[in-house]
Amino acid sequence: MIRTQGLQYHYPKGPTLSFPDVDVPQGTVLLLSGPSGCGKSTWLALVAALVAPSAGQITVADQALDALKNVAADAWRAGAIGFLPQRLHLSAALTVQQNLSVAQWASGHAENPAAIQTALAALGVAELAQRKPAQLSGGQAQRVALARAVLLKPKVILADEPTASLDDEAAADAVALLLSTAQAQGATLVIATHDARVAALMPADLSVQKRLQLLQLKRQSNPVERLYVE
Amino acid sequence: MKTLSLAWSYLWSRPLSAALNLLLLSLGLASITFLLLVSHQLNQAFERDLQGIDVVVGAKGSPMQLILSGVFHIDVPPGNVPLKAVQELQKHPMVAQVIPISLGDNFGSFRIVGTSHDYISHYQATLAQGQFWTKPLQVVLGATAARKLGLVLGNTFVGSHGLGAGGHAHGDSIYTVVGILAPSGSVLDRLILTDTESVWKVHEDYTALDDEDRQIMIEEREITMALVRYKTPLAAVSFPRFVNTSTEMQAAAPAVEITRLLSMLGLGTDVLRAFAGVLLLTAGLSVFIALWSAVRERRGDLALLRMLGAPPAKVAALLLLEALWLGLLAALLGVLAGQGMTAALAWMLALDNSLLIGGMAWPVVLWVVPMVALGVSLVAALLPALGAYRISVLELLQGR
Repeated sequence: MIRTQGLQYHYPKGPTLSFPDVDVPQGTVLLLSGPSGCGKSTWLALVAALVAPSAGQITVADQALDALKNVAADAWRAGAIGFLPQRLHLSAALTVQQNLSVAQWASGHAENPAAIQTALAALGVAELAQRKPAQLSGGQAQRVALARAVLLKPKVILADEPTASLDDEAAADAVALLLSTAQAQGATLVIATHDARVAALMPADLSVQKRLQLLQLKRQSNPVERLYVE
Repeated sequence: MKTLSLAWSYLWSRPLSAALNLLLLSLGLASITFLLLVSHQLNQAFERDLQGIDVVVGAKGSPMQLILSGVFHIDVPPGNVPLKAVQELQKHPMVAQVIPISLGDNFGSFRIVGTSHDYISHYQATLAQGQFWTKPLQVVLGATAARKLGLVLGNTFVGSHGLGAGGHAHGDSIYTVVGILAPSGSVLDRLILTDTESVWKVHEDYTALDDEDRQIMIEEREITMALVRYKTPLAAVSFPRFVNTSTEMQAAAPAVEITRLLSMLGLGTDVLRAFAGVLLLTAGLSVFIALWSAVRERRGDLALLRMLGAPPAKVAALLLLEALWLGLLAALLGVLAGQGMTAALAWMLALDNSLLIGGMAWPVVLWVVPMVALGVSLVAALLPALGAYRISVLELLQGR
């Protein structure tokens, strides 16, 4: 679950971004949309406890984030948040297996090859364990990155622009994969995107069951984020 | 996954740059190793061969030449001194022992040294085979000399004039090998030792015209120099002055001359040391540039590690360890290469039998090399590691 109240983030020497309140129950989906520069990345960073809000409260997976500092925040993030970055960031120096074990290393968990096998198998890429990322197709790489994101059974999965630069068919596959993985894990799924196709790809029964929320961010005045992007 | 093996994987993800930096670092460290080993071995050789020799008395000339020729046997002596004058020294109240040294001939470029049994016992050398000489023209071989010349007990040979190969052969005087010394690590290893009488005999037999002539020669017998041991350390103050002022000979104190020699060599080693320093500096800079660009290249990967829950210190440690791996490997290669260079130098010196350096040595001071390696790589990695420490995950999210 993710709950925010009066959330604001003030960029040093920049503008202050304000975010609408949300209350996302555990196991449901939040579609975070809006044009680039509207604060999607900042919102993700706030939820992942990478930056602290200048005002307001966030509670993620039953954890009030203002109580977390530095190393404690890192340790919490390792277990509670699964992150699927836009450019996947699989390390080219390592095999698929090693790329996943990096997640265990980063979180301070002991290396657990069995868990890695299970995570890869759940996404149908177990036989690719010994390959290097360069030897993977785009779809395979995304599955591997998703396996890495859910390896430690996070409560919340954050997917950043998962459909960027994918054709319609691949985008549909990617979204379906995210939804099914999150559901299988019982995890809350946040998809941050400026891609209008994603909303259309959401299955109707999600809305019917009130398991889908939309958080539409608007471009805010003097968006300093755009300066960062470009 | 262990941090060490992860750092190893990252290091070799750019094999060319890693190998290049390894090479640069290793070269610098090899030079340092080489310098350390050579100066260690030189010092050891000097110390070993000088032990117990308080002063060397010989013909007037360069005192250093006297020491180098008489103690280390790597130079020609300045001349000869009358036997009688040396015998006078023996009676001096401050003198405990006088070992005569007579040079002049060689066999297969190994020096034939006319001396007394005292010379052998001075270096605590023992016989491996045979016995000591009992009469002139019997020789005892140093271990290296025996091995290189391929001589065994009972072999005979003819010495040639001069201290290097190729001199006139003394055809009438035949030496017989009666003993071979066990290796002692001292200068004796590469000498052919015989009685002082032998040297006189060879030259008198060769040049004397008749008995009367021979009698005159016996009266005028000379030796090349004498190694003197004092009864009391106080003698160091007065004895050399006594010799230098009241006799036709000169006294040279090995300790003083060697200090002088080392300070002259010092300029050369300073240049080498500066060279090694420049090499290391270059290597350090190169490692720094490589790591710095690695941090820039892998910004995303490193930020992702933070996203995956790694504390900043862990990410920075990854960078440091990568540099430490490099330093460790370079230290290993550098020490091996330095040993190789020293061995090559020893081999070259062995060709003219001036064996001051040789064999593998692992002096404690060699620990300096891995220390320097780790120091350089750590310093080079400091800024990149700081960069990794401060990497912003927000930038990753913003697609940079």
